[in-house]
Parts: sequence; C-alpha cells; structure tokens
Amino acid sequence: MSDMALLLWARGPGLQIALTVFIIGMLLKLFEIFSLGRKKDLSTPRPGKAWSGWKTIFSRSLPDRTLLKRTFPTYLMGYTFHIGFFIALLFFAPHIELFRKTVGLGWPALPTTLVDGVTLLSIVALLLMLGYRLYHPVKRFLSTFDDYASWALTMAPLLSGYLAVHHLLLPYTLMLAIHILSVELLLVFMPFTKLFHTVSLFISRWYNGDALGHKGARL
Amino acid sequence: MSASLERGLNAFREVMDAPIASFFNSCVHCGLCADACLFHTETGDPKYTPIHKLEPLRKLWKREYTVLGKLASLVGLGETVSDVELEEWSPLVYDSCTLCGRCTLVCPVGNDITYMIRKMREGMAAAGHAPAGLVEASRRTIELGSPMGIKLKAFMAQVHGQEEETGIEIPVDKAGTDYLVIMSSMEILGYPEYLGSLARIFRQAGISWTVSSEAFEATNSGIQIGVSDIARQIVSRVVDAAEQLGVKYVISPECGHAFSALRWEGPNLIGRPYKFEVVHVLELLDQLRKDGRLKTEGKTDKALTLHDPCQIVRRGGIVAEPRNLVNMVASDFREMEDPGMYNWCCGGGGGVSAITGAEELRFKVFRIKKRQIEGTGAGTMVTACANCRNVLEEGLEHYKMDTRMIGITELVAEHLKQEDAS
Ligand code: SF4
Ligand code: SF4
Repeated sequence: MSDMALLLWARGPGLQIALTVFIIGMLLKLFEIFSLGRKKDLSTPRPGKAWSGWKTIFSRSLPDRTLLKRTFPTYLMGYTFHIGFFIALLFFAPHIELFRKTVGLGWPALPTTLVDGVTLLSIVALLLMLGYRLYHPVKRFLSTFDDYASWALTMAPLLSGYLAVHHLLLPYTLMLAIHILSVELLLVFMPFTKLFHTVSLFISRWYNGDALGHKGARL
Repeated sequence: MSASLERGLNAFREVMDAPIASFFNSCVHCGLCADACLFHTETGDPKYTPIHKLEPLRKLWKREYTVLGKLASLVGLGETVSDVELEEWSPLVYDSCTLCGRCTLVCPVGNDITYMIRKMREGMAAAGHAPAGLVEASRRTIELGSPMGIKLKAFMAQVHGQEEETGIEIPVDKAGTDYLVIMSSMEILGYPEYLGSLARIFRQAGISWTVSSEAFEATNSGIQIGVSDIARQIVSRVVDAAEQLGVKYVISPECGHAFSALRWEGPNLIGRPYKFEVVHVLELLDQLRKDGRLKTEGKTDKALTLHDPCQIVRRGGIVAEPRNLVNMVASDFREMEDPGMYNWCCGGGGGVSAITGAEELRFKVFRIKKRQIEGTGAGTMVTACANCRNVLEEGLEHYKMDTRMIGITELVAEHLKQEDAS
C-alpha cells in the first residue's frame, strides 16, 4: 500500500470504524455504570448543598492544597500534560479545520509556534510521567498493563503529530497517516482502558460531591 | 468455593452500585490517595494505598460487571477472588483504614474511596474475615445490647454519679421533652463528666431533655464491622426510644462514627426517615451560643489546640462550630497544620481502636498527629469525640508527651456563667 493509500484509508474507512467502536463502546460503558443504579439516600440532607455534585465536577480540577506540598511532581506533570494535550487537540489550526468540516463548528486557532511549544512540553511531561511511574514506589506498585498501554496510546498521537508537522523521521504523508491511525487506535481503546476516565471522572466527581454535600461537608 | 466465601462475594454483589462502578472505571493509578492516607504517609508502605485496599472488590466488579470481564471469564480468563485473598486483605480493609475520608477528598478523578471501603467491609464480614476485636464487639451488641458490654445498671450508676457531682437532676425516660441525649460507649465508660457538663449547660439554657433507659448508647459496631443487621438493630433501639418518648430531637454524642451512624446511615438502615431530627451536640451548643442561651465567663489563657474528629468535619460538615465554642472560652487557640476539613485522623476511628492486633500500627501512624500537636506548641488539646480522645490519650502516653486532653463540652461547661450554673 502506498503512503497515500494508507492516508486515504485512515481518513475514510479507518475513521468510520474507529468512531463506530468508540461510540458503541462508550455507550456500553455508560450503560454498564448507570444500569447498576444508586439507592436513594433516606437521611435528611443538610440544606443548601443541592449543587455539590456539579460543583465538585469543577472544583476537583484544582489541586488539593494539603497534597500539593507533599506531591508536587505528580501535579506539575499531570497539569502540564493534560493542558498541553488539550491545547494541541483543540487549538491547532488544522484540527480546527477538521472540526469545521466534520461537525460544522470552528473557533480561532492559537499561533502554530505556541501550539508547537506546548505540544513539546506535553510530550516531555508524558515522558517524565512514565519515568515517575516506574520510579515512584506507590505508582509502580499500582501500575498494570493498562497503565503502560494507555500511556503508549496517548503518546502516539502526540509524538506522530509533532513529527509530522516538522517533517521529521518519515515522509510527511506516511507520518500523517500514522498520526491519524494512532488517533483512531486511541479512540478504539478509550472505552476499554483507564482512558475512559476522560468521561467517567465527571460521573465519579458528581457522585462524590453529591454524597459529601448531602452531609454538608465542605468540598 | 466455600460457603463463607460465597456469602462474602454475594455481599460484594449486593453493594455494587453505579458510584462504585464509576469509581473503579475512573482510577488512573496516580497514587495521590496514598499521600492523603496516614497509614501510607507514616509507614511508606505502598500496600496502604487507599485504592489498593479495594482490590478484591475491584476484581469482582471487573469480572462480573464489565463487558470485557464477562467475556474474559467466559473463556476462562480474568482474575477471581479467593478466600485466601480476602483473608489477606482483612488488615488492609480494617486495621489500616479508619474510614477517615481524606482519600475521598483528594482523588483527582473524584473517587469516594472511603465509601467503597465501608461497603467492602460488608463482604469481608460476611466471609468471616472481620478482625476478632470487632467480631467481639458485635457479639456483645447482640447478646448484651452494647458493643462494650455496658448494662443499664452501669449507665444508671454514671447518671447518679453525675447528679451527685453537679447537684442537678438528670431526667430519665421523661416523655414529651424536646431533646433525648444519647452517649457513646466510650463516654459512658470513660468520660461520664460529659453528661454532667451537658446537665449544667442545659439547665442554664433552659432546655427540656431526658436520657433513655432503653437507648443510652449510640456507638454502632455493626457499621464499623459492616454487618447491616446489627447496625439496624442498634439504630432501631434509638429510633424506637425517641419516637416512644416523643422527643423532637435526638442529640448525637460527640463521637463522630456514632453521629454518622445515627444521622446518615440510620434512616437507610431502617428504610424510612425519622420522626425526629438528629443534631450533633456541637451544632446544638453553637446554636445556643448564637441565641445567647449559652453564657460563659472568663477565658483560659492556656494555649489550646483542637483535634477535629474525621466524621464530624469531613463527613459531617461541622467545622466552624467547635472553633466558635473554643474561642468563646479560650484566648490562645492555635490551629494545627492542616486543620478542619483536612485534619489528620487520630488513627483509631472506624472501629480500628477495637482491633487489638492493630495497636502497633496505630501507634506508628500516630506520629502524624504527634507532629501536628507539637507544631502548635499548645499544652492542651481539645477534642469532640470520646473515642478520639481515648485513642489520642493512648498515643500521647505511648510517646510520653505531656499534652493534656479535654472534651469540648466539658471545657465550655467549666466556663459557664456562675450565677446560672453554680
Ligand atoms: S487518587 Fe484516585 S485516581 Fe489516583 S490512585 Fe487513588 S483512587 Fe486512583
Ligand atoms: S479513609 Fe482514611 S484511613 Fe481509610 S484509606 Fe482513606 S485516607 Fe486511609
């Protein structure tokens, strides 16, 4: 298969397949969770905390003050990677162009050099996260195959995207095809690995905040 | 598969709900919860990572509640939970978790780990892997009606003792009063002056109250061990007594776990809301203060610090109240590092203080409390939980610290305005 044919396949049928698996998988996982239900809490809630679940969805994105001093590296790497990843995903001009074409929604892009730098930072953070996972006793202890696979699945699009933009390592067309394929792989596995936290964390935070709010605990 | 293991796994299945499924799905193995748990921070041992304490429950979830897990088990793959594993996990689920709730506050994806550990205990107990100390407490609850084996006679002796001490009559089984006072086992056994202090405060504030000869104790070992039947029995006793006496409010003892059991778990255990309200004694005292019905005089100039019981602050929302009360009677109140919401556990909550085999570990993790106390330079520590207090006193003793302890209700009572109190 020529580079171009691969690219065309990735853009066409490949994307279709990936999106189908992704959507079905996500729905399945959500059904898995919600079908279990939650018993109604019969105790009288403390007043004025009905929004605690929603609030926690946002507030839990902030670092915990008391933990920050204990485990700064985890926070630093975590934020750098996540913010970088989302900037690269959402504010890189060609990506926005793609969104405009497919879902009809667009927004202003950030300057390419900025996105470029941020992507590099994100890659470095992700590399450090892997190193830290291997080095840190608790993280190493907790880690399973899923953690390393998810790491690779996340690193692939970032790295291939960066290399493609800079015409490094492989011919541009091939690298772009690889980039798109790696995104598709990420989509396919997202519902079935810990990458599913991208969705489920909102549900978890809501349940957590709602339970704490019920008791009037500050969040 | 043994019958007891099957019972345990069934209990796991029973507690499985959408929040737990969501929590297991969300964990990214970042390890942050470990840094929030005193059992990890003080030992450095990764096995005390909160989320790891749930491994058997997670395995069951994976196998039976996820599509991939179900597929894997069909072809004979995937992990199963064994009896040996549950036994191995007992020290993690009981000895090294006080249900303090710190992990729940910090998990970035929002996992309520404490909730899951509490639920997991149901399966552990059903499988026969609850620690002996808690099993004993539950046995005493069934046979004698009290986790510490306190009989009515012993309670009444304390009531009479406090009547003599204060010269105030303590009403017993008086119907139609506003408030019913319940104590924790530890208060009845070790700190009866709590009752005398309340009597003095209530006389000044003009509160109509009573104690009950049917339900005088709220410590709920059923919840700590994870056996709902026993938990329900203990709660029902309080509910029946309160509804028979027709009181408007039940005053929960200072003890945080007793409060949680009565306030939050109780209605769910008996399957309906109460006909009365449960108030924590600190909420009531602070309300009396606001209403001007609690009048004190003078302030101690001794340096005081405050230990926040986990179940009262983190899982009960009572943070400002004890501070208002302490500031009312003390001029040199010093906060610990990480106060209030983030305070560190005494190390003995959630039933841990009843587990004899866990004592060494408990003293080890007390070091964080020791550092907190020493950091304030205060010679006296106030707390609002007799169980915390007992555990703290043992810790202070173990480390030969000369910090004095006092219950917050007693502290306030000591400063009651004389003409009203004498
Ligand atoms: S803090 Fe939350 S996401 Fe991180 S390891 Fe613990 S449970 Fe998992
Ligand atoms: S509830 Fe407290 S003691 Fe239990 S695992 Fe969480 S932080 Fe540790």
